[in-house]
Amino acid sequence: MDRFTTLTAVAAPYEPANVDTDQILPARFLKMPRGNGKHYGGFLFHDIRFADDGAERADFVLNRPEFRAARILVANTNFACGSSREGAVYAFLDAGFRAVVAPSFSDIFFNNCLKNGVVPVRLPEADCAGLRALLAARPGTELTVDLEAQELRVPAGAVHRFEVDGFFREMLLKGVDEVGLTIGLRAEIEGFERRHHAANAWAAR
Amino acid sequence: MSAPRNAAPRTLFDKIWDAHVVLSRGEQCLLYIDRHMVHDGSFHAFNMLHARGLKVRRPSQTFGVPDHYVPTTGRSAADAATPEIRRMIETLESNLEANGITRYGLDDERQGIVHVVGPEQGITLPGLTLVCGDSHTSSHGALGAFAFGIGQSENLHVLATQTLWQTRPRTMRIRVDGRLGAGATPKDVALAIIARIGAGGAVGHVIEYAGEAFRAMSVEGRLTVCNMSIEAGARSGLVAPDDTTFAFIAGRPLAPKGEAWDRALAAWRALPSDEGARFDAEVALDAAAIAPMVTWGTSPEDALPIDGVVPDAKPQALAYMGLVPGTRLTDIAVDRVFIGSCTNSRIEDLRAAAAVARGRKAVVPTLVVPGSGLVKRQAEAEGLDRVFREAGFEWRHAGCSMCVGINGETGRPQERIASTSNRNFEGRQGKGVRTHLLSPAMAAAAAVTGRLADIRRMG
Repeated sequence: MDRFTTLTAVAAPYEPANVDTDQILPARFLKMPRGNGKHYGGFLFHDIRFADDGAERADFVLNRPEFRAARILVANTNFACGSSREGAVYAFLDAGFRAVVAPSFSDIFFNNCLKNGVVPVRLPEADCAGLRALLAARPGTELTVDLEAQELRVPAGAVHRFEVDGFFREMLLKGVDEVGLTIGLRAEIEGFERRHHAANAWAAR
Repeated sequence: MSAPRNAAPRTLFDKIWDAHVVLSRGEQCLLYIDRHMVHDGSFHAFNMLHARGLKVRRPSQTFGVPDHYVPTTGRSAADAATPEIRRMIETLESNLEANGITRYGLDDERQGIVHVVGPEQGITLPGLTLVCGDSHTSSHGALGAFAFGIGQSENLHVLATQTLWQTRPRTMRIRVDGRLGAGATPKDVALAIIARIGAGGAVGHVIEYAGEAFRAMSVEGRLTVCNMSIEAGARSGLVAPDDTTFAFIAGRPLAPKGEAWDRALAAWRALPSDEGARFDAEVALDAAAIAPMVTWGTSPEDALPIDGVVPDAKPQALAYMGLVPGTRLTDIAVDRVFIGSCTNSRIEDLRAAAAVARGRKAVVPTLVVPGSGLVKRQAEAEGLDRVFREAGFEWRHAGCSMCVGINGETGRPQERIASTSNRNFEGRQGKGVRTHLLSPAMAAAAAVTGRLADIRRMG
């Protein structure tokens, strides 16, 4: 995954609460391959973004000219609830998004973001509402997500502090996932496994 | 898993978590995973595994079953709706074969929905950690396991290491005391809870379901409630294992036997939350106040008792659903009925639906999809398939089917479906499809009346 340090980019507001991953990536696209030049960017919010004839819906926020270059989304509570489909994150990433700001995220989507270099920024509900209002009033506004400083900055405006767990912040800053690290902990895992299976024979297979 | 003497009282969840932490780095714990289930949507994880030149570390703790893409009209990948869908089933087969993973394939009567197969085979046991790349993995908590859904990158991590880095979730206890109201089922309990706490009400939490209603509930019913924990945003749901649990598990193919069973039982009896254990949040509902429920909107939290009216709320949801505020829920006509999914496809669900269907006729197309080949056989042994067929319901083979529609079984735009599944999201059962969630008995009532119907008035 690509490392993330600081991103300054156009941010788009997305108002609904409880947006589910079926809206972000309709299930019929789940079987699509990814890699070798194939990507999920065109599926992002597909059925909201496109009319039945495939034409873009002019009123959908990401179709508006001012938000074409958006790489940050500012959303609402319980963002990306429902299905565990990691394709929802692939769709954001492949469409150019590297950060999603919301008061709360579904746990699975939150974890999926961390594994793919997309930064999930949790801010208080009022701050998110304020940011969405600002972005709607001044479309095309660029925000800065600074992962090192753990700050979201509004140009000539507020600085919002956020926190990303130190373990995963390190991974994001380096652009690596934790698989390699864990494989390096093999001896600890094997030791635990032996004790665990000895103490709980019914758990062993 | 016994606690040291004089230790602080711990919850069921605390005990399972503490027993699985390999090590920690700051707030991240490396959690050991006892059981990993994969399905026909897990191909990204296998692709990543193979691309990195890695192997499945513990194939014996990994189990694979195709369910999302499988046809319900036949038992061969060749019956799949399209060549692309067929490829999904075959890709899983080859990934399982290549990695030496236990396989419950389409040619095997034990095949079914992953969350039906796990408990049925004894893969799911109390006190275990279990993960699967599907959000409804929370189901397995009904047996007292800590089970949660993960993404494909986490699938990869478990395949390669048998562990996961996790932040310890907070705990929430939901007590439902008293006896359920007339016609109310575990599905109605789940919908009532979600309506109460909201679709995001349990984000970051593991729910423990407690109280008389759950003690009196069968394991099938507990599976239904734990299944829908994710619809309130919970990481997982749990019910303390008890004699009902142990009776359900005894004799399952992968359950411990003989002396191993006795030792397991002793460990499992120590699992329930200690007296005085603290939860981060507490919620209480009165079982007697829970009525048969139905959803009217596009989130599972949009649930009301069937004798209610469409509320004046969420205009976008009402526009999608084609509903007008003030309409009585029992005046809503449906076009189709689906009985199935990991929420409601077990034998008790089918019995409840058959009890309503018996001697009546469906007035709209109705699909019944059992949760596994073994549930199907059991239902047929009890003659339920005949009841359904005589009522004009279609009786199919096991799979996820119309819950998510990716095997090709979807509704048509604007079609209104009464469904025993778990999500009424826009487009969930097909583009433009309008879904009303309800219990199996209520679904059968909708099938024979052609509208959302109050099961208490069905006689």
